Amino acid sequence: MKMKPLWALLALTSLPAAAQSRLNLTQGVTEVSNRVYDLHMIIFYICCVIGVVVFGLMFISMIRHRKSKNPNPANFHENVKVEIAWTIVPLLILVGMAIPATTTLIAMEDTSDADVTVQVTGSQWKWHYKYFENEVEYFSRLATRQEQIDNKFEKGENYLLEVDRPLVIPTGKKVRFLVTSDDVIHSWWVPDFAVKKDANPGFINETWTKVDEPGIYRGQCAELCGKDHGFMPIVVIAKEPAEYEKWITEKEAEQQAAREREQELLAMEMSEDELMDLGEKVYNSTCAACHQANGQGVDGVFPALAGSGVSVDPEAKDKHIDIVVNGVTGSAMQAFGSQLSMRELAAVITYERNAWGNETGDLIQAADINEVMNQ
Amino acid sequence: MSDQRPDNSILVKRLLLTVAGMFAFGFALVPLYDVFCEVTGFNGRTSNEAAVYQEVEVDESRTVTVQFITRNAKGIPWKFEPSIKQVKIHPGEVKVVNFLASNPTSSNMVAQAIPSVAPAEASLYLNKVECFCFNQQPLAAGSDAEMPMQFYLDPDIPDHITTFTLSYTLYDMTANTSAEQMAQLLKTE
Amino acid sequence: MSTAVEETHHDTHHDHKPYGIGRWLFTTNHKDIGSMYLWFSFIMFLTGGAMAMVIRAELFQPGLQLVDPHFFNQMTTVHGLIMVFGAVMPAFTGLANWMIPMMIGAPDMALPRMNNWSFWILPFAFVILLGSLFMEGGGPAFGWTFYAPLSTTYSSDSTALFVFAIHIMGISSIMGAINVIVTIMNMRAPGMNYMKMPLFVWTWFITAFLLIAVMPVLAGAVTMVLTDKYFGTSFFDAAGGGDPVMFQHIFWFFGHPEVYIMILPSFGIISAIIPAFTRKRLFGYASMVYATAAIALLSFLVWAHHMFTTGMPVFAELFFMYCTMLIAVPTGVKIFNWVATMWRGSMTFETPMLFALAFVILFTIGGFSGLMLAITPVDFQYHDTYFVVAHFHYVLVTGAIFSIMAASYYWLPKWTGHMYDTTLAKTHFWTSLISVNVLFFPMHFAGLAGMPRRIPDYATQFADINQIASIGGFAFGLSQLIFLWVAIKCVKGGEKAEAKPWEGAEGLEWTVPSPAPYHTFEKPPKVE
Repeated sequence: MKMKPLWALLALTSLPAAAQSRLNLTQGVTEVSNRVYDLHMIIFYICCVIGVVVFGLMFISMIRHRKSKNPNPANFHENVKVEIAWTIVPLLILVGMAIPATTTLIAMEDTSDADVTVQVTGSQWKWHYKYFENEVEYFSRLATRQEQIDNKFEKGENYLLEVDRPLVIPTGKKVRFLVTSDDVIHSWWVPDFAVKKDANPGFINETWTKVDEPGIYRGQCAELCGKDHGFMPIVVIAKEPAEYEKWITEKEAEQQAAREREQELLAMEMSEDELMDLGEKVYNSTCAACHQANGQGVDGVFPALAGSGVSVDPEAKDKHIDIVVNGVTGSAMQAFGSQLSMRELAAVITYERNAWGNETGDLIQAADINEVMNQ
Repeated sequence: MSDQRPDNSILVKRLLLTVAGMFAFGFALVPLYDVFCEVTGFNGRTSNEAAVYQEVEVDESRTVTVQFITRNAKGIPWKFEPSIKQVKIHPGEVKVVNFLASNPTSSNMVAQAIPSVAPAEASLYLNKVECFCFNQQPLAAGSDAEMPMQFYLDPDIPDHITTFTLSYTLYDMTANTSAEQMAQLLKTE
Repeated sequence: MSTAVEETHHDTHHDHKPYGIGRWLFTTNHKDIGSMYLWFSFIMFLTGGAMAMVIRAELFQPGLQLVDPHFFNQMTTVHGLIMVFGAVMPAFTGLANWMIPMMIGAPDMALPRMNNWSFWILPFAFVILLGSLFMEGGGPAFGWTFYAPLSTTYSSDSTALFVFAIHIMGISSIMGAINVIVTIMNMRAPGMNYMKMPLFVWTWFITAFLLIAVMPVLAGAVTMVLTDKYFGTSFFDAAGGGDPVMFQHIFWFFGHPEVYIMILPSFGIISAIIPAFTRKRLFGYASMVYATAAIALLSFLVWAHHMFTTGMPVFAELFFMYCTMLIAVPTGVKIFNWVATMWRGSMTFETPMLFALAFVILFTIGGFSGLMLAITPVDFQYHDTYFVVAHFHYVLVTGAIFSIMAASYYWLPKWTGHMYDTTLAKTHFWTSLISVNVLFFPMHFAGLAGMPRRIPDYATQFADINQIASIGGFAFGLSQLIFLWVAIKCVKGGEKAEAKPWEGAEGLEWTVPSPAPYHTFEKPPKVE
């Protein structure tokens, strides 16, 4: 009975490949991840062999040296030679393990001569990517619908492992990641690359990967970072270099255009329906994690917006805009001015001031936001 | 029987002293860690004090690429970025890079930039003659500033470091600054 | 080891003890205090276990069903704190209180009044900790490792209570440790020299030194968290010149010796039980002592293996990897010694022995996963996944807790004067053994396949593994109620136990009658 776990562990290696990937370490798609996988398997096998020997001896002893079979116990309790042997032999095995581990580690930590550099920033509870060589940056958030999490809708294939805007990298190129954080410690982990690096606020860490296979690779935050730690996945798409170039050029143009459009929008007025519709969407994807979908917040941690605070005070319109745009220092409230477009900011503030029974009747327009931003 | 036994109180005192010593050691780990980092470049932070430029020979045979990135910590809405993304520099050569900051809010603010270098080892060879990060930076409401950073690389920088990144994370320090300090800071600006 | 005692004891005729609540509140008797520690730890074990049930129930299926993520984080945090500081450590202190004086032939602990204090402040610490769960904003939700800045800038206001509770627990452990050291150094019976001490005494002696070395460091760490949060210091805040990673260095400087604090006494217990039921002397007594000391010393040099992903230079990663791998050597020596003790012995399989054998095998499995985790490049993949959860539950549940259960069954006849119900006890063992493996073994697979730890919801590919683990979890939780039943039944009555109920047991504790009289060894025994 007690051997059961060990057998299961051994049986694992003979399982078909599909099942294996679900139960064993991800082999991954990079040279490094394959080396890591091989190292994992070598050590695993060594442990199995030692386990079989040690547990085997124990079971032989339990069967043959029980009182009913062996009423008179032997009397030995020391043997210097044996004791030295079982100190030295494990030591040699360990040296055998340490050699490949050391070479792999040194290869993993060599970040020099990168082709592409991406700044990866963890933030409660999303990732931000900024390409060093191009004017492209964006937040990447969980795309799974809240209804799936709440068991109201059926869960999709990539439940909790899908994002709105994945990171895109070229294949066959060395991509260097500069990892940091805006708030608490996060950890950027993509098992297929064997890359896991903590995002420490105020410090940058670096790591790298070189993916040869185009594809979609998924990972998750791997350091407890507060309430929605389980809901900030990572998705990386590796594209052929030509496709990557096309994508990044388009993205650059698109972001440039968006900045210009922002300026034009200042003159436009949005209708109440338009504001409330967009506002609800933005609220649910950006604000509801803390302030909750019903605006009730979490007692003592995240203030309620429904029925209290600036969102019901008709005098506090500008303050409300200021808080959303510039954040609140020393609290979890971030400055959303740099994360959302002015249209989205206007909509979400309008929504907060008129949803859940809040009745200020205020309609906020992009121009109001612009005014606060440029005060 | 107890007369044969050693006095407990001496032993207890020694043990209590050990406890007190270890409590102090816990706090001593803080400066020890700082010193350790300074000597080994362990955490990639650069020195807080200005380096005095030593007349060194410029090693023209080598070029090191220094990249600059910035990031705002949560809660500070300033615009903050380097004027140039990267420079190529010979070890020993002095360069100035400007960082641009603007305060779009309607209140006066003070910020502190925290430097970090990757790979951390490179921080040992980065000498800053002048840096805005040595002090807190005040910015009046709606104003902007150009903040210089003057540096050179120690010619001892190992050959394997061909590129490194210097990052600045900007933190809002306004809440820790009194009104008088703020006025003082803005005046000297 | 030493056993021969010159005279028989006639303690019983003046075995009068005080009655009522006052007996327990003001007691300075090591046996009373030991019992209180053990019952307290059992209550905490059930409390922390109840939280584990909440966690496993939420993880039974993907999606959020029972609790919100913030409360889930509070459950994982408080579960960890309670099990470490409330269940395992007090259980060992309880065993130390009961057994160390009897094993070394001392009448009581050296500092009996301090002993009373070190127990009685504990309940307050845990009332504060548990009470903080009901505060606005909830209790601590940053993991038992309370990494800054999640525990400083981003934590709720209950953090002050958390810090206060940890301080009290620390003071209690330190007082307990001082008491153990002074007792062992000053109270041994004549002739009981160091290399004659039972291994349980030896391992506790070394553990006590670890405690006084690292508990103050933990106190320092929580104090820094407190001042960072409330008094404007910046030990761990980059904005003020601090470094959040330094918190982890300080924490794990405490934390790694701490995990050995929770396993070294187990080694002592197993080293008492295996020879007793093998009817053969422990193999390699001296090497056991040296191995324990080596593990304790190495534990100060390996802390950063918990932090390989924080971004250390290669030289540091290599140093900590090598040191960590080295620990496998003395640990291996212990395992081999136990197997050699069993070899050509004359074994019987009473409940304490069953738990001890399960300990050896399952702790070794935990050791294997520990060795795998030591290898830095692979640790990058394992770190902060369920593989780690599986690893430390193998060493802490099937390691530390199984050894505590083994010790309880081994010494229950001595404590109560009655034999426990052997059928119930074996039922407890087999249900625990099966369910604990159903609970924790699948977690290895979940971790390898990529499931991060401390998440309230997971991708659908992990669903069946989690379901199996949860079923094992509920079964393991229920099995522990059998343990409670056995213990109560045994206290209340049962077959009368002899002074030495186990044929092969050795040690001074078996020379006094069962139940052990209120006062033992008022006249020190002579040890040859």
